Amino acid sequence: MITEIGHFALLLALALAVIQSTLPLVGAARGDPALMRTAIPAARGQLVFIAAAFAALTYAYVTSDFSVENVFENSHSAKPMLYKVAGVWGNHEGSMLLWVLILALFGAAVATFGANLAETLRARVLAVQGMIGVAFLLFIIATSNPFVRLDPAPADGSDLNPLLQDPGLAFHPPFLYLGYVGFSMAFAFAVAALIEGRVDAAWARWVRPWTLAAWMFLTVGIALGSWWAYYELGWGGWWFWDPVENASFMPWLAGTALIHSALVVERRDALKVWTILLAIIAFSLSLVGTFLVRSGVLTSVHAFAVDPARGVFILAILAVFVGGALVLYAWRAPALRSGGLFAPVSREGALVVNNLLLTVACAAVFIGTLYPLLLEALTGAKISVGAPFFDMTFAPIMVPLLFVMPFGPFLAWKRGDLVGTAQRLLLALAIAVFGTIAARAAAGADGPLLAPLGIGLGLWLVAGAVCEILWRARAFTAPAGETLRRLSSMPRAGWGAMLAHAGIGIVVLGITGVTAWKSEKVVQMQPGEAEDIAGFTVTFAGVAPRRGPNYSETVAGFEIHRAGEVIDAFESSKRLYDVQRMTTTEAGIITFYWGDLYVAIGDESDEGLTVRLWFNPLVPLIWFGAITMALGGLLSLSDRRLRIGAPRRARPAAPADAGAPA
Amino acid sequence: MTRKQRRIVLLSAAAVVLALAATLVLTALEDSIVFFYSPTDIEEKHVAPGQRIRIGGLVEDGSLVRGDGLSITFRVTDLDRAIPVSYTGAVPDLFREGQGVVAEGVLDGAGSFTADTILAKHDENYMPREVADALKERGVWNPQ
Repeated sequence: MITEIGHFALLLALALAVIQSTLPLVGAARGDPALMRTAIPAARGQLVFIAAAFAALTYAYVTSDFSVENVFENSHSAKPMLYKVAGVWGNHEGSMLLWVLILALFGAAVATFGANLAETLRARVLAVQGMIGVAFLLFIIATSNPFVRLDPAPADGSDLNPLLQDPGLAFHPPFLYLGYVGFSMAFAFAVAALIEGRVDAAWARWVRPWTLAAWMFLTVGIALGSWWAYYELGWGGWWFWDPVENASFMPWLAGTALIHSALVVERRDALKVWTILLAIIAFSLSLVGTFLVRSGVLTSVHAFAVDPARGVFILAILAVFVGGALVLYAWRAPALRSGGLFAPVSREGALVVNNLLLTVACAAVFIGTLYPLLLEALTGAKISVGAPFFDMTFAPIMVPLLFVMPFGPFLAWKRGDLVGTAQRLLLALAIAVFGTIAARAAAGADGPLLAPLGIGLGLWLVAGAVCEILWRARAFTAPAGETLRRLSSMPRAGWGAMLAHAGIGIVVLGITGVTAWKSEKVVQMQPGEAEDIAGFTVTFAGVAPRRGPNYSETVAGFEIHRAGEVIDAFESSKRLYDVQRMTTTEAGIITFYWGDLYVAIGDESDEGLTVRLWFNPLVPLIWFGAITMALGGLLSLSDRRLRIGAPRRARPAAPADAGAPA
Repeated sequence: MTRKQRRIVLLSAAAVVLALAATLVLTALEDSIVFFYSPTDIEEKHVAPGQRIRIGGLVEDGSLVRGDGLSITFRVTDLDRAIPVSYTGAVPDLFREGQGVVAEGVLDGAGSFTADTILAKHDENYMPREVADALKERGVWNPQ
């Protein structure tokens, strides 16, 4: 009964979405306020109904209602409750429902908090959101309906893929979708602006916070996915340039360029054409990502094995929205009047460089990800493009960008002082050079020759970000009291930007550490044997069986010694899940300050148990840096100046105030 | 600097960066692409030994032999022809006789394959798509 209510709610949401996509557009063209305002209840209603549908599906999972085919295919009564709930979005149909839920959430947000937007703009934005909603609700109802029933109802389910029964992966899709789908807002705003024929500071002031929020969630989502791959897949790697990983990374790159480009539109009324294009590109890449993961054209442990009919549908959605937006862009973009002039060396100039390099890097990843598909479609040859391609292209494009990044915040708008900026960054440069030399000395002969430069780059970024805050607070040039006063009255956006930029530096440090100085050993061990790695001695204690809620485990225990003393112990296990009969390897990880000790067991043979040991220096910094970036975004979002969406209290007009200072 | 001059400077800078990036991308594509072949493809297309390729198929039942330490040998078959493969190292959890496998490495002159990576690239049905396609082409695809 509840399932049918959920199904019906979806159909009602589709009807509302159709209304939302047509009436407001007509109203905006005619200047009819009543028609335009139909968008608001439509958007809110859509959210209510889709939320109801999502709740109905969650209820079916939580109560283990196996008469619903989706629940049967992805759940089991013995599965822990967290994964029963996570199973709602751990499959294709349910995750699409989550997708449209977040889409409706953002649409309702514009409807509710957008009172101070121009009527026509808001109407058009909601109309575009509505169109996207129509497309995806149709997709769900026609090809991916989660509410299909099974008759007769089976006694128990097929269980969720064991690889997905994991806390990190349970939260990864919601964060990722908040990011991806959040970019639909920027897209809707861009298309609406193109229809209006006007992009101004007010537009940018609206777009930036929402895009920043989407970017923040996407950063966390990608970090969660990477961290999960690291501890779950048992290979010690954290990024594989897998097409599905790239599918989330490309919107992130475009989104980063977008939040910076929107800044120029807001402050200087320039770079409008580029910002609109980036908004279209960011969401288009989200759609491309959705297509790649669900169409069956890719081989990946991450990909859903879906039938081609769905792929064709998504491709059609892609063609309509991306093609339509780009056509609209080509037609209307020249009409956008561009604003302030600026010198090449200025903050605008730096942001142009930022945009250019990020877009080019994104294009390189795009080519590497889609080239195999293209070639196979054209010639039938199956190729793979892996890490070597991306190392050769992405890194050389990003490194110059990372080098100039600390300069940007120092440069003034319109005309910046490069020499002065360089002087202010000397401290950061000194720290970076010192760090490089120290890294070279500590590493000795290990690792690639250029690896200490990576440490230097990371330190340069962190120190550069801090230097900028110190300079704004007149740290070494003014009395301490004034510096403290300036620091405490610094807008949160300033701190946010510092954290975000420093966060990238921390990520670079982590990447350099684990890539350059990782140690790995693959050996066969008998109980009692020991193996040395990175200054530790790991002793294999023995193997014992254990029982979990829906799996049975073989657990191998290990002791860790350093300088003769036992300092810790960890274990690695192989799990056999009861229902799907699938084996997974659980790794043991101990995080020290300067790196991770990582163990994963393999098969057992006469000669012993296969044991893989890694020491990954600085690897936790990768995710710590990502969290720092997200925190920076959060801090910036909490800045009062950005809270343009909050309702303003109406001020009573008083003639006496006319002469008073504002 | 006038608006027009600025635009020219910007476009030229963008063009230079794009040209450099394009060169990088094209060079990288040439150097780092790895082709995929099924065992039948290797015979029919006369794949030259020495180049880095991927092969895929099913691990032939009964062909898995464990050698010293971590070295193993097995045969990869597409139910028409089979190729012997040797590999040293740890294998992914999903590697098993009768299951799909994709291995990356070098073909030697004697018709056998030395793999340095065995890929765990399966979808939720534990069958790599390339292998499924190859089997479909042979007409021996049996989804289970």
